[in-house]
Amino acid sequence: MTKVFVPRDAAALALGADAVAKALTPHATIVRTGSRGLFWLEPMIEVETPAGRIAYGPVAAADIPALLTAGLLTGGAHPLRLGAPEQLPFLARQTRLTFARCGVIDPLSLADYRAHGGLAGLDRAQAMGPAATIDSVLKSGLRGRGGAGFPAGIKWKTAADAPGARKFIVCNADEGDSGTYADRMLMEGDPFCLIEGMAIAGFAVGASKGYVYTRSEYPHAIASFDAALAIARSAGVLGAGFDIEQRVGAGAYVCGEETSLLESLEGRRGQVRAKPPLPAHKGLFGQPTVINNVITLASVPVILRDGPEAYQALGFGRSRGTMPIQLAGNVKYGGLFEAGFGLTLGEIVNDIGGGTRSGRPVRAVQVGGPLGAYFPPALFDTPFDYEAFTAKDGLIGHGGIVVFDDTVDLLHQARFAMEFCSVESCGKCTPCRIGSVRGMETLEKIMAGIAVEANLELIRDLCHTMKFGSLCALGGFIPYPVMSALEHFPEDFRRARLAPAA
Amino acid sequence: MADHEPHAHEPWTEDRAEAIIAARVTEPGAMLPILHDLQAAFGYVPAEAVPLLAHALNVTRAEVHGVVSFYHEYRRHKPGRHVLRLCRAEACQALGCEALADHVRARLNIAWHETTSDGAVTLEPVFCLGLCAIGPAALLDGQPLARLDPTRIEAALESLS
Repeated sequence: MTKVFVPRDAAALALGADAVAKALTPHATIVRTGSRGLFWLEPMIEVETPAGRIAYGPVAAADIPALLTAGLLTGGAHPLRLGAPEQLPFLARQTRLTFARCGVIDPLSLADYRAHGGLAGLDRAQAMGPAATIDSVLKSGLRGRGGAGFPAGIKWKTAADAPGARKFIVCNADEGDSGTYADRMLMEGDPFCLIEGMAIAGFAVGASKGYVYTRSEYPHAIASFDAALAIARSAGVLGAGFDIEQRVGAGAYVCGEETSLLESLEGRRGQVRAKPPLPAHKGLFGQPTVINNVITLASVPVILRDGPEAYQALGFGRSRGTMPIQLAGNVKYGGLFEAGFGLTLGEIVNDIGGGTRSGRPVRAVQVGGPLGAYFPPALFDTPFDYEAFTAKDGLIGHGGIVVFDDTVDLLHQARFAMEFCSVESCGKCTPCRIGSVRGMETLEKIMAGIAVEANLELIRDLCHTMKFGSLCALGGFIPYPVMSALEHFPEDFRRARLAPAA
Repeated sequence: MADHEPHAHEPWTEDRAEAIIAARVTEPGAMLPILHDLQAAFGYVPAEAVPLLAHALNVTRAEVHGVVSFYHEYRRHKPGRHVLRLCRAEACQALGCEALADHVRARLNIAWHETTSDGAVTLEPVFCLGLCAIGPAALLDGQPLARLDPTRIEAALESLS
């Protein structure tokens, strides 16, 4: 029977992919894949034809009879026919390295993984030895994709050189930033890529055990990754020298911070640790630990396989390689766009994202999750690059961009930032624990029109204290959304409030 | 709309809790995995389990209580037959999740973390499900829902037993 590829990514499932697969089962051999990341076209199914794959979408189960009549199984014409997926402009403009296999292969077929270039990076690393492997990662210019942008190779080298009875590789899969889903997509759509990246890291630094800390809000990623671990173990990819265990978080945003993640893995409250000591010296259970984000680790296999020069050649300034940009919120073409650094924010939001889903003008975009700044269209010439965003008092974080139309109230968003921080603060340091509550209360006074100018001055002062006095990025960066909202959208803070704050 | 199976939780027994704890107690950093297992079995982390876990891990009851109360995921009360976890994060806000949440709370006549009087539905907030391009999003008994509006959420709630 003809092969039809139907995604089982959580986003595709939310849009009815299981019902589509069920309706097609009597007519075709169904292969469940990850998502290509074009969410406005999900469920996007692909039919294998002699001329290559032909995509259709968005397909509902109710469309299947008409599609079959139109010759779906031979790539026949139908209003939902999209053509060859690689030629869709959204995909054709991308440089897919880390996400090359996502949406293409059966995520739980190790044979598919190998056939699409998988495990070649691990083979190469083992052939050239640990020191040369670390050198490759250094030369590639790969920086931490979790948000901090710290050079991965330096982290690895530090852990490799640190004395310790045992060493650990910890993968941060606590992808809590709103507007981000790259980790989830990869763990659901190409989990062996993360396993290979961690195995390479383990080999390079001399670690025997890896932990993946996955957030509990991702039940499908957890299931997919656990299944992949079992397959990798029985195939001998994991086991003897290096094994991986997945641990599940429990709904604490702050556990995405590396030291509170380690506390959580050790079985305690996710409270931030003061640094030093760095995790690379004294991390999990007091041992040298490399802790990297999912995308950082999943970018390593292709760097090893194709050589660091190829990766390093892509990018912009000191941001080398590719970044999976995630378009989210009120956006017309929402999805994952992997490309070299350096596209401008305007190109990403307007050309690639197509503006808002609501059709109203874009008023603001929040880049980098709940700790990221709100940017107005006036800053859309900013290139997507770690340093360029820092220079504009923002951050790229984990690459999420949340689009808002002109109905957004930035004072409301600033208040939410403080509320979020007050709910999620680990409580260890005062600026974050107390400051966020006071910040929320003060913004509520501004909402109510009480002593607006004096309270705005208080907010500025408070944000300064939180930025420079907090232990970690939660309290330290929450001033970004608050101050950017105030700076770029001051009219929202001075509007006469007729109704009391809701 | 997918079928939503009600959660089949076990009634509390000390023997069962001891067995769950014993199964993983020797693992390094076993606290969170055991709490997850307890919640999977009973639907929440019963207060009676706290001293058992403290004893098994050789920590104080305060330490266990601190962990249970720190993490939003752990419930300290029995949930309803169904759990609706509605996303409240920014990407879903950009698509109107706050008005949707108001609608759901009014429809179910409960606040966040509460259970309807007939024990059918528990409503919990969640900060991001990674469905940020197709919001507003939710998980209903673990099944993802997207592009929610009052009509779609109504249909999902109607399908519940």
